Amino acid sequence: MKILYFAWLRERMNKGSEDVSPPTDVATIDQLIDWKSASDESFALAFQDREIIRASIDDELVESDAKIEGAREIAFFPPMTGG
Amino acid sequence: MWVRIQQEPFDPGAESNAFFLTDGAAGATVTFTGLVRSTPDNPIDALILEHHPTMAKKQIERFANEAMEKFELVDIAVIHRFGEMKVGEVIVQVMAASPHRQAAFDGANYVMDWLKTDAPFWKQEVTSDGAKWVQHRKSDDQAREKWQTKTPPKQS
Repeated sequence: MKILYFAWLRERMNKGSEDVSPPTDVATIDQLIDWKSASDESFALAFQDREIIRASIDDELVESDAKIEGAREIAFFPPMTGG
Repeated sequence: MWVRIQQEPFDPGAESNAFFLTDGAAGATVTFTGLVRSTPDNPIDALILEHHPTMAKKQIERFANEAMEKFELVDIAVIHRFGEMKVGEVIVQVMAASPHRQAAFDGANYVMDWLKTDAPFWKQEVTSDGAKWVQHRKSDDQAREKWQTKTPPKQS
């Protein structure tokens, strides 16, 4: 699956997207963040304030306990400031 | 109902005039136009808006459709820009048409309140010191909450 990063998360990650293949026991957004944080130091740093980070799965806003099975694209981003 | 996400500037008056002509059933239209501002206590040169293209369009379409249904609008249209814009330029415009005025006010307000907190756009303010990300405002969350907690008007 593809992960997208936006705004200051994109800057901290120094990239806008990457492809990942989490193991099958990584079932939720929370677990995906744990799994990535364990293996990727810049990800762990970027996601330090994880309670304010929001996520979407295939263009739908989701909570951090949402299941990622079958997801094509997962986006992570700070609180939105449009309008 | 239509939603346009674009980088190019647009003429807010021309859009509004074109929208008036869409349907003879409207007795009222409300146009909200959001601009890039620079104030003495927070002077900026420009704004840069980053967005998630596919999700931004879907989210705004969802809010516009909800507004259509909730307030029984005749029509609603939203234009939102991304990229760099100078002080005084238009960022966003929402136009709502309804048989009577209150529904048009409410429809435009509803879409803006949801868009502020749940449409994937992120603002950066550009000053002589560089660019910095705009902080999310608690008051925007409160503005959105009112649509979730509002009790229906009492029957008299």
